Amino acid sequence: MSDLLNASQVSKRFGGLLAVSNVSFTIREGEILGLIGPNGAGKTTLFNIVNGVYKPSTGSITFLGAHITGMRPDKVVHLGLARTHQIVKPLNGMSVLENVTVGACFGRDYMSLHKARETSIEVLKLVGMADRIHSPARSLTIAGKKRLEVARALAARPKLLLLDEVLAGLTPTEISQMIELVRRIRDTGVSVFMIEHVMQAIMKLSDRIIVLNFGQKLAEGSPLDIAADAQVIEAYLGDSQIADKLAEKTS
Amino acid sequence: MILKRPSFWLILVLAAVFAILPTRGQNAALREDLILVAVAITLVSNLNLLIGYTGYVNFGHIVFYGLGGYVGLYLVTERHWSLYLSALTAGVLVSLIALLFGLGILRLRGAYFALATVGVLVAVNAFVANFDPWGRSTGIYVSFDAYEPLGGPMKALWTTYYLIVGVMSLSLILSLFIKTSKFGLGLFAIREDEDAAIVLGVNATMYKAIVYSISAFLPAIAGALMFYKNGMIDPSIAFEYMLSLEGIVMLMLGGQGTVIGGALGAALYERLRSYLLTSPKLSNFHLVIAGGLLLVVVLFASGGLIGWLYQLWPGSKDVIE
Repeated sequence: MSDLLNASQVSKRFGGLLAVSNVSFTIREGEILGLIGPNGAGKTTLFNIVNGVYKPSTGSITFLGAHITGMRPDKVVHLGLARTHQIVKPLNGMSVLENVTVGACFGRDYMSLHKARETSIEVLKLVGMADRIHSPARSLTIAGKKRLEVARALAARPKLLLLDEVLAGLTPTEISQMIELVRRIRDTGVSVFMIEHVMQAIMKLSDRIIVLNFGQKLAEGSPLDIAADAQVIEAYLGDSQIADKLAEKTS
Repeated sequence: MILKRPSFWLILVLAAVFAILPTRGQNAALREDLILVAVAITLVSNLNLLIGYTGYVNFGHIVFYGLGGYVGLYLVTERHWSLYLSALTAGVLVSLIALLFGLGILRLRGAYFALATVGVLVAVNAFVANFDPWGRSTGIYVSFDAYEPLGGPMKALWTTYYLIVGVMSLSLILSLFIKTSKFGLGLFAIREDEDAAIVLGVNATMYKAIVYSISAFLPAIAGALMFYKNGMIDPSIAFEYMLSLEGIVMLMLGGQGTVIGGALGAALYERLRSYLLTSPKLSNFHLVIAGGLLLVVVLFASGGLIGWLYQLWPGSKDVIE
């Protein structure tokens, strides 16, 4: 597997706050990379740096060999890097189909309106929204709006998809549907970089996981390694010894 | 295809009605009424590209009309260019100026952008009122000779009328064309959520500047034609602040974001305005009506008349765009 995206020594400072500090990582082709960490760890900030919403204070990012450090988000999409938003941003006054058509029209292939509509209908079928094509986006439930975010990003025909907490606020059934969807997306050849708080899901889905705490990379590894990492447990539970104590109890 | 859209044929019918109606019996009074309506429709349709399609309120849209008038009259009277070439040059030049303004002020959003458009209006007005080649506050007068190429003043009145009806029709067709294009889809995305649109790949900065520039082109041509027809221009009539505000009222009344709505609002309001202005008791009362109408529309029917029609009869969306 070759590297799709390379982030090296990335930092972002907001005034006195170092939101992301010297983070380096790579995303390989065809993998699902998880990004976890406590609230305020800098996960969404890192996403915003990767897709160009923020310019990093220091560090550089390359995507498919091209420098995208500080590149505008609309240009990053054209290279094949699309994302969803944690706080959903539907284009409320437009229909579901129109929302997705925007993604297709201005995505990697810069499709014509006609072609974009056809692609959008396919994508809406893939995410299971074929029956809502003509509904106004504002009428969707939260789960529907999250699916719409995914559909819009997918319609851009990305090579790398950033998913920012697509499971938050969903019911258990909706979560398992979404997990299934993420798997299907990866199977179509799209790499996925996802922020998630629903631990079970991210452990099940990810090939590798990065843990962020106070803006720094705390750990990186397979889901199993991460679950056993003392530092990670401390970040989440506040006691580094708790793992040992739990282990003692069970043995 | 735009030819398959009922609204396109509706626009052509409207243009034909405008062209034929006053011709019967050479009705000059009707022609003068309709020319005002045609100019209003031109201004409102182009204003709609920014307000209705892109979600940016422009309080200074009249600046394009006034500047177009000045450029056109200057070229006709001082440079002795033909009316056609002068009007076209006015359109191109004012669009370029708008592009420059746009790249500057479109970095602002919401209320700040709206304020900046007021600034543009005031600044351009002040500049023109002190600009020697354009006659400062006395403006430019058109001598009778300038009408000779069109066959004398009487014939020129008719010619300019037909030209303005043409500009009106082009404005409506342009609105329809943009609405059904990929460019229009990008604008709508910006209107709904600019940040989301950018993340989806829309080059918002460029799209906004381009639409701002486009919205200047036909109004500037209309200005050149209209002030040529009137025979004079000065800063107070070229940059009539009230007309800029009334344009917004017309658009909201008819239904922002729709092609036909702007035309409907413009026609209704312009007729009402003319009636009130010429009635001895109600002169100048039209601004009270304008304010009241705007309030009623904003509070109770944000979609305007066309929005109301869509609610009553959802199928009408496909016919009247």
